[in-house]
Amino acid sequence: MGWLTTSLNRSIGKKFVMALTGSLLMLFLIIHLIGNLTLYGGREAFNGYVETLEVVKPVVRVIEVILALIFIYHIFNGVRLWWENKKAKPDKYAINANKEITTFSSRTTIVTGSIIFIFLVLHLSTFWYQFNISGHPETGSFEFYDIVTYWFNQPVYSIVYIIAVLLLGFHLNHGFQSAFQTFGWNKKRYFPTIKLIGTIYALIISLGFASIPIYFLLTGGK
Amino acid sequence: MSGEHLNITLKIWRQNSPNDNGQFEEFKVSISPDASILEMLDELNNNLEREGKRPVAFESDCREGICGTCGIVINGHPHGPLPKTATCQLHMRNFKDGDVIYLEPFRAAAFPIIRDLIVDRSAFDKIQQAGGYISFNTGGAPDANTIPIGKDVAAEALDAAECIGCGACVAACKNSSAMLFVGAKVSQYALLPQGQPERYKRVQTMVAAMDEAGFGSCTNTYACEAECPKGISIMNIARMNRDFIKSKIVEQEVDI
Ligand code: HEM
Ligand code: SF4
Ligand code: FES
Repeated sequence: MGWLTTSLNRSIGKKFVMALTGSLLMLFLIIHLIGNLTLYGGREAFNGYVETLEVVKPVVRVIEVILALIFIYHIFNGVRLWWENKKAKPDKYAINANKEITTFSSRTTIVTGSIIFIFLVLHLSTFWYQFNISGHPETGSFEFYDIVTYWFNQPVYSIVYIIAVLLLGFHLNHGFQSAFQTFGWNKKRYFPTIKLIGTIYALIISLGFASIPIYFLLTGGK
Repeated sequence: MSGEHLNITLKIWRQNSPNDNGQFEEFKVSISPDASILEMLDELNNNLEREGKRPVAFESDCREGICGTCGIVINGHPHGPLPKTATCQLHMRNFKDGDVIYLEPFRAAAFPIIRDLIVDRSAFDKIQQAGGYISFNTGGAPDANTIPIGKDVAAEALDAAECIGCGACVAACKNSSAMLFVGAKVSQYALLPQGQPERYKRVQTMVAAMDEAGFGSCTNTYACEAECPKGISIMNIARMNRDFIKSKIVEQEVDI
């Protein structure tokens, strides 16, 4: 195992971990979004979807643990890289020309990542906790659709949610192409296509998630 | 030749020794647009010496863009604002009368400042010594084309070999990552038959030396490619990543 830890702690190893965990999280986001879109089908469709998940609960629990580990490794490694990279560049230039030649998304992964993390804590302590443990914050019932309407009819909660998923979009816009580059799966020929797909993916995910609280704010749900 | 002299205000980083706190010092110069940045500094230094002041320390050698010795951060751009141009090849005609120009050394923890605009880039030598060569004797030069190499492959290897080891990629990177340099050095051998026997060992030893020297990790922001005076492509970093991962999984010869 010695070689594995040494390898994963090399610069490229740490990058590889970021790309691998990031890619798995990107896959998870697609599944999560598809599930959430059942909210557009109304109460029956959404509750039906969540109840299907209840049937396979043991599997869901295992996936949740794996996801948590992936998140923790991604965050731990991301913060470590950010800290080491800061130490490698202790002094700044009088004029910062980096703004002209690099993308906003790529310069702000630690900021967008940290905000996603704060949002994640909020998200788990509301939706996850109430779906799994406490039920509706007022009635205590496990009427899932009502829990969703309870939160998304609160403008402050919805706006925080929307801002967080839009920032997630920036993280993904950089992360998608970055993962390909980190894996070494990149050629001049198709790099522009990878970047384009990454931007489309980031738009679908962030606008897809953001559309739901907007829908509830506008219609109050069905 | 062309035009009037330009009046330029220079803000130059002055730092006596590695542990000193440096600061910018202002100079006013009037310079021909045909002079290069380095010739302007030569003229400034002549004047400073005449006045009995300490001249500005900077490095240069070939002054034709091939040795990689020169390297100044000019208005935030390593080697200046002109793409694919080394400092020594940058002429004052690219600036306007009345411009203020900031001249700073490359900044990176792995490149300590020696004096003024000169930094210690011996970390690059250590990376090279860790595997940037072919260790068997190739004998006399063989006849051309005895080992057939496709034109596209040869071109890509030569593009990688264009790296002059100047360190601008490190200077440009917000993480002081040296991955463009190491990617180029790894690639120039990885693409050619002569580099194959040591291909996967090389990538491991060079990456290890890079990490030990205190360079940061690439976050794929690609500032390096934009600032590199030789236009080295980030696809060389992708190749290095690919070979490194392969070396660990399928092609591993040694554990490093
Ligand atoms: C659903 C959530 C997330 C997804 C899908 C995701 C995805 C990604 C991807 C694909 C990358 C690019 C990997 C590479 O450079 O090859 C990345 C990088 C990064 N992520 Fe995340 N991430 C998520 C959450 C977070 C969180 C919560 C943090 C907390 C700090 C974070 C911090 C970072 C940092 C700092 C990087 C840059 C690492 C580097 O390039 O060195 N991410 N992320
Ligand atoms: S990759 Fe470009 S910037 Fe980096 S050392 Fe080589 S020539 Fe200089
Ligand atoms: S002095 Fe040789 S590259 Fe500029």
